Amino acid sequence: MTRNPSAARRQLIYKWLFLLPVICYVSMFFFFPVLTNLEQSFRGSTIQTFLRGNAPFIGFDNYAAIFNEPLFWRAVANTAIFTVVSLVGQFVIGFTFAVYFNRRFALNRLFRALLLLPWLLPLVVSGTIFRWALDQDHGVFNAILVNVGLASEGVPWLSDPQIALLSVTLVNIWVGIPFVFVTLYGGLQGIPDDVIEAAKIDGAGAIRVFWSITLPLLRPVILVVQLLGLIYTIRAFDLIILLTQGGPANSTQTLATLSYFRSFTTFDFGQGSAISNILIVVAMVFALLYIRVTNSEKWKVSQ
Amino acid sequence: MEGVPVKRIRGAGVAYTVGAAMIILIMLFPLYWMFNTSVQQASDLFRIPPSWFPSVPNWAGYESAFRVQGASIATSVVVALGVVLLTLAIAAPAAYALAQFKLRGGMAVSIVILVVQLIPGIVMANALYSIFSQLGVLDNLFVLILADSTASVPFAVIIITAFMSTLPPALIEAAEVDGASRFRVFWSIVLPLSRNALVTAGLFAFLSGWGDFLFAVTLNSGGKFVPLTVGLYQFIGVNATDWNAVMATAVISSIPAIVLLVFAQRFISAGVTAGSVK
Repeated sequence: MTRNPSAARRQLIYKWLFLLPVICYVSMFFFFPVLTNLEQSFRGSTIQTFLRGNAPFIGFDNYAAIFNEPLFWRAVANTAIFTVVSLVGQFVIGFTFAVYFNRRFALNRLFRALLLLPWLLPLVVSGTIFRWALDQDHGVFNAILVNVGLASEGVPWLSDPQIALLSVTLVNIWVGIPFVFVTLYGGLQGIPDDVIEAAKIDGAGAIRVFWSITLPLLRPVILVVQLLGLIYTIRAFDLIILLTQGGPANSTQTLATLSYFRSFTTFDFGQGSAISNILIVVAMVFALLYIRVTNSEKWKVSQ
Repeated sequence: MEGVPVKRIRGAGVAYTVGAAMIILIMLFPLYWMFNTSVQQASDLFRIPPSWFPSVPNWAGYESAFRVQGASIATSVVVALGVVLLTLAIAAPAAYALAQFKLRGGMAVSIVILVVQLIPGIVMANALYSIFSQLGVLDNLFVLILADSTASVPFAVIIITAFMSTLPPALIEAAEVDGASRFRVFWSIVLPLSRNALVTAGLFAFLSGWGDFLFAVTLNSGGKFVPLTVGLYQFIGVNATDWNAVMATAVISSIPAIVLLVFAQRFISAGVTAGSVK
């Protein structure tokens, strides 16, 4: 239709016009902030210089400072523990639920919908609920534990530096279960019945079918769930601020909360940005992995 | 759920339903506790052992929640609706182009959108705070909507693109042969056909704008506009003992998620799945 080169070019311009808003948007609200953050991490800012916008250039001093600070490494370790334990916990429970719901029974649909609720609530709400439910003296969890004899006295869930990180992680597992559950349930539903039936006719037992057929077929979905879960978990912020604000004694301080406190309470935006840049590097490494997985794996199972 | 036979047994259906009900009871118990706390008699809040059911519901918590947080509720509604509009306005045309025009460079745009979605929020907050403070536009509702939308635009582009890829190109070509401009085709054919995807993307944009805490707490340091999430957070700090009112506010904050789950469940399920599968 468009032999005429100038008409063809006009067509092309029209087509790109549809992409223009998103290109401008991504440039202004993603590229520019990421570059600003990078630039900021090379400046030494105090509340005065930050407000005047003339923080001096200090090279890698911010990075050197945080690398020499034990608290930074504490936050790295906390973030790693929080992330790994969350991922394992969400996966084990979410997968168990998915397998359980992957059969016919009454009310299955309704229950599956209800299971989504913890994932859809604002994190601030979940944080508020557990802040009260995990209260040492009046929290319902301690009441239950003492009632059934699992504890002789209230556990200081959020106030003991030895326990707080575990408590925050458990709450995060509760929040993340629905995401793993729904996705893996979709994956299980996508496995054709005849594949399973054929294996059973060949004499494979239920456990054998699960390990040799179901799991390998689910591999791509599991990989994506865990990669996305990791990227979303290392940045965790809302829950921790609501539950412990990084305390007690920095025992739940993660990279995201430490960056926040540096920038927004001490106004050291240089160090705050430097810390968050380390977070972005980790996120991007796994993002590249994620893209490789989504582009290379054939989506036979999930769809 | 050990002990439940994996093999399907006739008549075991009821047992499975009971087991599933147990799972739901345990998983949703914290939500029940939120509601129970919000309507307990103030004198029962600190009782040991706790009162498991509200004997006589006490609505005082809701009264003070609406009194103290009324403005925050309005702010959150405006912000969430603003995020929906902005997100769809940017994502829908982009999704159309990515799904239907085989543009050189389209793939690159898709990958960039996939990647920016994964940038941690704290990076954005650090940078947007200094950008907006230098421009002197902190404590501004529109700026908060802009910042919040960064959490929903990439996701919206991804799921609307996935849907629009399934529209038959023949349909669109036919309209073009009839002389309709690309913009006409987009507006009066593509958008109406993509209603489901737009609704899903819009619902998630609403929930994400409604639930945002990070941008609300950083970009509104002046406290002129306090969305409900920040209102709730401050409420705990200030009012640590009035758990009636705090939990009533939490219940109010949960309403959009609950309403959407009841009335738009198929869109929500579609969205949660789409988020992980491309």
